[in-house]
Amino acid sequence: MTTTSEPIDTKPALTSLRRKDLLGIADLSPEEIALVLDTAEAMKEVGSRPIKKVPALRGKTVVNLFFEPSTRTRTSFEIAEKRLSADTLSVAIGTSSVVKGETLADTALNLEAMSPDMIVLRHSSSGACHLLSRICRSAIVNAGDGTNEHPTQALLDALTIRERKGRLQGLKVAIVGDLLHSRVLRSNIHLLTKMGAHVWVCGPPTLIPAEMKQFGVRVTSYVDEAVADADVVMLLRIQLERMEGAYFPSLREYFQVFGMTEARLRLARPDVMIMHPGPMNRGVEIASEVADGPYSVILDQVANGVAVRMAVLYLLAGGAEHEEAA
Amino acid sequence: MKKLLKGGRVVDPVNAIDGAFDILIVDGLIGRVGRDLPVDGATVIEVPAGLVLCPGLIDMHVHLREPGQEHKETVATGTASAVAGGFTAVACMPNTSPVNDSATVTGLILAKAAAANLARVYPIGAVSKGQKGELLADIAELKAAGCVAITDDGHPTATALLLRRALEYAGMFGIPVVEHCEDPTLKGDGVAHEGYHASRLGLRGIPGACESLGVERGVLLAELTGSAFHVAHMSARGSMRAVRKAKEAGIRVTCEVAPHHFTLTDEALGAPVPYDTNTKMNPPLRETADRDAMIQGIADGTVDVIATDHAPHHYDEKKVEFDRAPFGIVGLETAVPLTFDRLVHAGHISLRRMIELLSVNPARVLKLPGGTLSEGAAADITVLAPDLPVRIEAAKLRSRSKNTPFDGWELRGGVAATIVGGRMVFANEQLFAYVEAGL
Repeated sequence: MTTTSEPIDTKPALTSLRRKDLLGIADLSPEEIALVLDTAEAMKEVGSRPIKKVPALRGKTVVNLFFEPSTRTRTSFEIAEKRLSADTLSVAIGTSSVVKGETLADTALNLEAMSPDMIVLRHSSSGACHLLSRICRSAIVNAGDGTNEHPTQALLDALTIRERKGRLQGLKVAIVGDLLHSRVLRSNIHLLTKMGAHVWVCGPPTLIPAEMKQFGVRVTSYVDEAVADADVVMLLRIQLERMEGAYFPSLREYFQVFGMTEARLRLARPDVMIMHPGPMNRGVEIASEVADGPYSVILDQVANGVAVRMAVLYLLAGGAEHEEAA
Repeated sequence: MKKLLKGGRVVDPVNAIDGAFDILIVDGLIGRVGRDLPVDGATVIEVPAGLVLCPGLIDMHVHLREPGQEHKETVATGTASAVAGGFTAVACMPNTSPVNDSATVTGLILAKAAAANLARVYPIGAVSKGQKGELLADIAELKAAGCVAITDDGHPTATALLLRRALEYAGMFGIPVVEHCEDPTLKGDGVAHEGYHASRLGLRGIPGACESLGVERGVLLAELTGSAFHVAHMSARGSMRAVRKAKEAGIRVTCEVAPHHFTLTDEALGAPVPYDTNTKMNPPLRETADRDAMIQGIADGTVDVIATDHAPHHYDEKKVEFDRAPFGIVGLETAVPLTFDRLVHAGHISLRRMIELLSVNPARVLKLPGGTLSEGAAADITVLAPDLPVRIEAAKLRSRSKNTPFDGWELRGGVAATIVGGRMVFANEQLFAYVEAGL
């Protein structure tokens, strides 16, 4: 079923993520990443059945704790949890209500007192999941923490690339946009470099984090150089409020210098894939013709999100080992 | 009343003393330092072999938090922490609530210090009223009440003009302006040193240039005004370069470095505990080249003072998301072990230089009476144990707050005893087990 070209390991095959939490791709080995992707392929099949449900997480309670607005990621996690038959509860807490009183640690401990098995956390502070991981017995799944990581996004991106290209190893992946404020970028860099892809990152110098070269990637502000012969072009959202921080003069100028147009895309390989983690700003980081064009896999990414999240939840709960024991 | 400290090595850099001497204390003052002094009715305190007696250590950068933030620290708990760390005197910062911008607040701190009767406390007053950066505080009043310097620490002095005025005005009273050097626009909402580790962890960065700009501003204004300018808690290599050049040019600038800035780097942000809020301080832990520049500056004499920037915070305040946690760590009880282990035993500085950095020079910068064992000086003496194995245990710190990144660290070198005004206010029980209370 799997079609990876990753080197074959002589160690016994992994059947679960032998870790309590998924805090970031930084912690995962290439074998663990491959396991999630392989499992996600199997989970995808569940979504094509008339009855889209398996009993893998029956009797498990999963709390989705979202401190930031999110439509795509929260919906995707909720669907994944329901397809695995988990009992789920989503708590959306505006950051403002936290400012009024309770600390994150207290919120988590109160939830914990009700004995959930997993907490899926989205939070505006980098490291919020690490904090919870230290105080909670429940498994913590990072659904995006500040500008640190968004591991399930990188996993679904990898699944999407692997489906199309059959591999990750050796591909040139160009990531273009606001590098400084992107947790998607950090997770993708960890994942793609661990799996042997050649990663180029590109953005205005004002939106490139310090010492980016030490991440094992090529860094440029010349978008043509980044896109040249790329197998994959991944665009990152430009947040409109960045203009006020004087990171660049105008959205119009951003589009002129960095916007992904059909003309620019001709520099890439003919079978280039266009990816975007959403939500898109058409006419800012991406031209509509590109977003809607034949190379775009943006909706495949969304579809794969459910499968990848099912895989992550299933494997953290113990995977096949858990099912045998049950 | 006479006491005689017998045995041990006495190091008193100001009087060029280094050797086996006895110290006679008469009525809380140094009576004599000499070889084999006669007992002559004095109470004898035998100093175990291998220990070093030096002028009392002075920490010129401490936040005692009183008045207003007594849940973090009080004058009593802070001075208990000081003497346990070997400090016979501390200078405390004015960013209390209310701010120490008046004789009333200064008087309150001094009254609390007298009641605690542990380390000497020298308040530092605010540069501006309420530390608001608008009007000068009543500096003559502060000086008369006992303040030894002025600063808006916690933040830089708001404008170059106000800093200029503060330097000119404080110069009249012969007290220095202590500056938290930082360009607030460059700091923005940064929480960690701008470098590889902050980038990897997704933490907003504060570049070294943010501090160095503040240092350059202060140096230029010190030159303009001819007044004494002291750079607090220096951390960036660009700042060290600026101070070195200013000193070569004869500008009246001095500077201090905190133990965490000569010990740790920004690597501590991610390991052993990722996003440990006890690695969050301002200025932040910087990269290796900066840390090494701090050690170099300490070794070559550019740095005048080691000061802790002791910044206690309640554990509730630190048990939050990294970007929401307050800046700062406690430092009084870890400074001596870190200085011994990381600087003296590592071969960067001599024991004599350590005593200059921790006693002689802070006394000079703030024009305090300590820093020597001269006859007639107050008998403020720190007894150091250079080879004592020390294990830092956060839970056992005397400070009301336990926010240290050094919990569990094992270091060589510590404090054997602390004597203030001839009274032993702290003693390591293993080394001075037989010392009677009240000696």
